[in-house]
Amino acid sequence: MGTDFLQYTVSGLTIGAIYAMVAIGYNAIYSVTEIINFAQGEFVMLGGLFAVFFAGTLHLPLYAAFVCAVILTGCVGFAMDRFIIERARDKSVLSLIVITLALSIMLKGSAMLWWGKDPYSLPAFSPGGPIRIAGAAIQLQALWILGICALIIIGLTLFFRKSIYGQAMLACANNANAARLAGIPVGHMVLLSFVLSAIIGAAAGVLITPVSMMDYDRGALLGLKGFGAAALGGLGQFFGALAAGLLLGLAESFCAGYLSSGYKDAVALFLLLLVLFLKPEGLFGSREAARLKKY
Amino acid sequence: MGRKNWLILLGTAVFICIFPLLVTKIRAISHYVDVMIFAGIFTLVSIGLSLLMGYAGQISLAQAAFFGIGAYTSGILTTRFGLNPWAAMPAGMVLCGFVAWIVGVPALRLKGHYLAMATLGFGVIVNIFLAEQVNLTGGPSGLTDIPAMRIAGFKISSEIAWYYLVWGIVFCALIFCLQLLHSRVGRALRAIHEEEKAAESMGVPTARYKVQVFVVGAMLAAIGGSLYAHYVTCINPSSFNLMWSIRFMLMVMVGGMHSLWGALAGTVLMTFVGNEWLQMFAEFEILVYGSILLAVALFLPGGIVSIVPMIAARRRKRSSTIEDAVS
Repeated sequence: MGTDFLQYTVSGLTIGAIYAMVAIGYNAIYSVTEIINFAQGEFVMLGGLFAVFFAGTLHLPLYAAFVCAVILTGCVGFAMDRFIIERARDKSVLSLIVITLALSIMLKGSAMLWWGKDPYSLPAFSPGGPIRIAGAAIQLQALWILGICALIIIGLTLFFRKSIYGQAMLACANNANAARLAGIPVGHMVLLSFVLSAIIGAAAGVLITPVSMMDYDRGALLGLKGFGAAALGGLGQFFGALAAGLLLGLAESFCAGYLSSGYKDAVALFLLLLVLFLKPEGLFGSREAARLKKY
Repeated sequence: MGRKNWLILLGTAVFICIFPLLVTKIRAISHYVDVMIFAGIFTLVSIGLSLLMGYAGQISLAQAAFFGIGAYTSGILTTRFGLNPWAAMPAGMVLCGFVAWIVGVPALRLKGHYLAMATLGFGVIVNIFLAEQVNLTGGPSGLTDIPAMRIAGFKISSEIAWYYLVWGIVFCALIFCLQLLHSRVGRALRAIHEEEKAAESMGVPTARYKVQVFVVGAMLAAIGGSLYAHYVTCINPSSFNLMWSIRFMLMVMVGGMHSLWGALAGTVLMTFVGNEWLQMFAEFEILVYGSILLAVALFLPGGIVSIVPMIAARRRKRSSTIEDAVS
């Protein structure tokens, strides 16, 4: 009982950290543009599959493959904003939803043509067997995931609090017109937010691939659960996203362990619906701020 | 509901009636009747979605789930409990309407992105349920041997009979929706789409109307699902997943979401694209749908029904500028 519990906790936290990263990707775009990018999950999928391409096909060392995959996905995010979203900035919310959805299935379709329908795996980041603590086996990859997730969150918080670019991005989120008057190039900030979001998503994708494989079809569900974490934590809240991501991961892992593994995907979605219906501003968001936003 | 709509309805009805007579004459395209049966079934879903998207301005990515609930209710009740298909269909409608009401009341308080995500999440949950409840739904392999429908003791087995049955129901649904749009509800919906806050301050109970339209759309999808189940006779969860919800949205967008006729035209067109013309490029299917969806959202937000008025307006503008120049 005790060991099982510990084991489920560890795997829940691992997958939860991934959801948190996806959620942070949503937040990065949302806090600047108030757009929710339905293609966020595809960034994760692309990150994983690009890393497979660099490491498996081009035989680059794993850390180089990681960096290349993240950069390449960042370029996809760049192209997405520069060539499509930028042209549609003045369109209605409904059109923007349709556009990001369309981009998501285009990325998925391209990935299917490129890699086919088979799932791919990567070797773990550091070789060696699992560490045993009180009977529970902890994969080294789990430590990598938690560590990089923590690094990303600390880095982003510093970026938004301390750097001039981060401050400028937050200003765009507050009031784009005022930001423009203050001399901030809003378009560049939006572009930066898309690249940032793609990079974080891709990092999550590379990290998860050694644990649970990656195929072209994995993006939508990862994206949806990541959105669950973002909504649960309150959109735009980075620490909220982390807490909510870990919470979702734990809920999913305990459900798979103690109740039914078939319904584990439904748990996160059920929690997502519950939050949207009962407390759309999220657990850590402020109700007053939520009223001013257009969901 | 206006003379213009009656005329279009009449014209469409005549075309639909003679369509099988024309295509069965030519061997190479005689199977178009089959494609048109699917188009009719999908139209039931897409006109419901058009009411919601084009008139109430709300998005739903759960239409495939309602389609699936209708199909599975029919399938389960007829294969496992020996119920008559004509009794199973209303049961599916009632169940779908009820589920849509339960989900719709809280969901439709949300707007834009949140509503899309909520319906998306709901759709995926329904799909997981269909795949996991093996005892009830047959799991991933689904249900087989769903009986055909009968009318007055005659089994509907030929394609032509199915064709007229399906399109007969589609026309009833179209007339119902057109009447709905030209009633108090329709006017309220248009007010909601234009400016929800203004409608609300004029005393329009916006929340109630949105939920009503959502429920109507779900019930229409259930009829479509039931017909689908009895026509193809075997169903599995993959026909009711997210991709199908996106395809229904695509049908509505391509045709033009601000008009029921657009939904009808878009559905017929996209069914031919999907079932017929893209068959050779099955691998590219997702990519093609994505590109069409993107192109329509960016360049033709009014869909194909907006092309003719657009050209006419441009020509009028051009001729008036020429007159100005001459005078």
